[in-house]
Amino acid sequence: MSAKSNGSAATPVLYTVLLAVAIAAPFFVYPQFLMRGLCLALFASAFNLLLGYVGLLSFGHAAFFGFAAYVTGHLAKFGTVFLPYFTPFSTPRLHWLEIPMPPWTPELAILGGAFAATLLGLIIGGIAIRRQGIYFAMVTLALAQMLYFFCVQAPFTHGEDGIQAIPRGYLFGAIDMNNSLSMYYFVLAAFILCFLIIQRTIHSPFGQTLKAIRENEPRAISLGYNADRYKLLAFVISAGLAGVAGSLFALVFQIATLNNVHWHTSGEVVLMTLLGGMGTVLGPMVGAFLVAGIQQYLAAFGAWVSIFQGIIFVACVLLFRRGIVGEIQAFRRGGNKAEEEAPAPAVTSHSAAPSPAGE
Amino acid sequence: MSSIWAFLGIPPQALFGQLMVGLINGAFYAMLSLGLALIFGMLNIINFAHGALYMMGAFAAYFLLNFFGIGYWPALLLAPLIVGAFGMVIERLFLKQLYGLDHLYGLLLTFGLALILEGVFRELYGSSGLPYAPPPELTGGYNLGFMYLPTYRGWVVVASAIVCIGTWLLIEKTRLGAYLRAATENPALVQAFGINVPAMITLTYGLGVALAAFAGVLAAPIYSVNPLMGSNLIIIVFAVVVIGGMGSILGSVITGFMLGLLEGLTKVFYPEASNTVIFVVMAIVLLIKPQGLFGRAN
Repeated sequence: MSAKSNGSAATPVLYTVLLAVAIAAPFFVYPQFLMRGLCLALFASAFNLLLGYVGLLSFGHAAFFGFAAYVTGHLAKFGTVFLPYFTPFSTPRLHWLEIPMPPWTPELAILGGAFAATLLGLIIGGIAIRRQGIYFAMVTLALAQMLYFFCVQAPFTHGEDGIQAIPRGYLFGAIDMNNSLSMYYFVLAAFILCFLIIQRTIHSPFGQTLKAIRENEPRAISLGYNADRYKLLAFVISAGLAGVAGSLFALVFQIATLNNVHWHTSGEVVLMTLLGGMGTVLGPMVGAFLVAGIQQYLAAFGAWVSIFQGIIFVACVLLFRRGIVGEIQAFRRGGNKAEEEAPAPAVTSHSAAPSPAGE
Repeated sequence: MSSIWAFLGIPPQALFGQLMVGLINGAFYAMLSLGLALIFGMLNIINFAHGALYMMGAFAAYFLLNFFGIGYWPALLLAPLIVGAFGMVIERLFLKQLYGLDHLYGLLLTFGLALILEGVFRELYGSSGLPYAPPPELTGGYNLGFMYLPTYRGWVVVASAIVCIGTWLLIEKTRLGAYLRAATENPALVQAFGINVPAMITLTYGLGVALAAFAGVLAAPIYSVNPLMGSNLIIIVFAVVVIGGMGSILGSVITGFMLGLLEGLTKVFYPEASNTVIFVVMAIVLLIKPQGLFGRAN
């Protein structure tokens, strides 16, 4: 709603300009940086679908991003599929059934990673939506940490080393992805596709119901909506798209490591979304490119990255809770003073709800 | 007796040794989740910086020893006071501005604070860890026959139990505690009775932070003093808090100790799962009793 009705004449122009910039960018800017930015932008947009439009703060989205990166890296490099099975009696251990397969092509490896993230989203989401508000954030954080420990121990992740030298391979068996331009345009195309999926989700009746749940969950339930099922589906979509982002990331940088599943990564995606603007369409992208820039320029200064990120967190929460894009939109709305819409309150449901019940 | 050990397939020393380690971990879970529950009850904020403040407690003890020559016993009192005062400054400067907003902003703000604090200490002291020796009175150990008990570890369990019970008594049995509980239930009404609720909020935050710092001082001789010592712990403590529910002080203490023991047991019988067992328990509790073992039903 807010994106479409807000400056509706300017929006198509803006998107066209952005697209033109994105197509021309690799000739001016280092493509590796652009691809990192696009992967993080997709990650943040997927996360924003949940935080901005359902009001659920997941503090464990690195699980989907990082796990999909591992799965894609593994499939693209080795191809072997492992199926888990459990022997409860003789020696209670988890076993893995190995199905030997040749390495997968990049598009199939990405689909595999996204599928794994979706499945993981179904499990983690199914458990986490049983609590709301702060507890939801803590539960997702804890479950993601559990996955982190799993990734430390599981043989296929190669522990501290991670999966290195992941081949980019040939797209559809034909296009050489080692060329950084073809890789860039592939990442851009995947990003646009996922972006359209997110847009479609937000503007569908399903998305409207999500917003209704965000604004007043008890009322949505009383109107007959199964709020938990809607929240779970949104969570699964968000997890799957975060998985696509992680899969692309693994192919671009040809490495999948524990960093990607660490809670720091979960914090970073929250930061990107908060900085850019929760519940805005462009905010997560702006935030992602800014955070990618911070990482790039402060990388040599060690702990300063985290100090700086912490300062941005504090500044965002205290000074501009709407984020950069949100503040710009609010400013423009203030100038036009026509719009009746609330200024993208993002997460206010639980404090505003009539029965917060200690959540 | 020996047939039992043969059946279990482990020597008793290993079992009791791990149970002791579990009890120690449980002591830290208990003190930290107690502080989190206190703060949450009063401020409606989940203090993500709790792990960083625990780390600061350990560092405060280290500074006191190395810069001022102040030993372990005074540090046990001074470090919580210093870090607690620091916490109250944080509350006055930052957290105060968030009351009335959604709880999630408190989580985000304290997460940012945790990043800053950890980053600063990492920048100054690296992440390899600094040594801190236990006081001479508490070195050595006792051979109990079935296990060897290092004196310091025994002390940690006793000290944390005393502090937890003391906090419980403070909250449940004193006039100040009664004000606190009343202000948790209905701040407006308590304010109307002429009690300075903002000051009580600040005090509560300081108390919760001081508990974390006390745990940090206790931890300093066991684990080395390390800027990252709090960040992984805090996530486990979150899981403990979700399992226990934050409704009851005693509940969070009991849950902390129980989960520490469970973790120790897992280390003996299925070591691969020892890192994850608490999260598994959390998932199971959420499926069966979403509000937590001691949580109030919605």
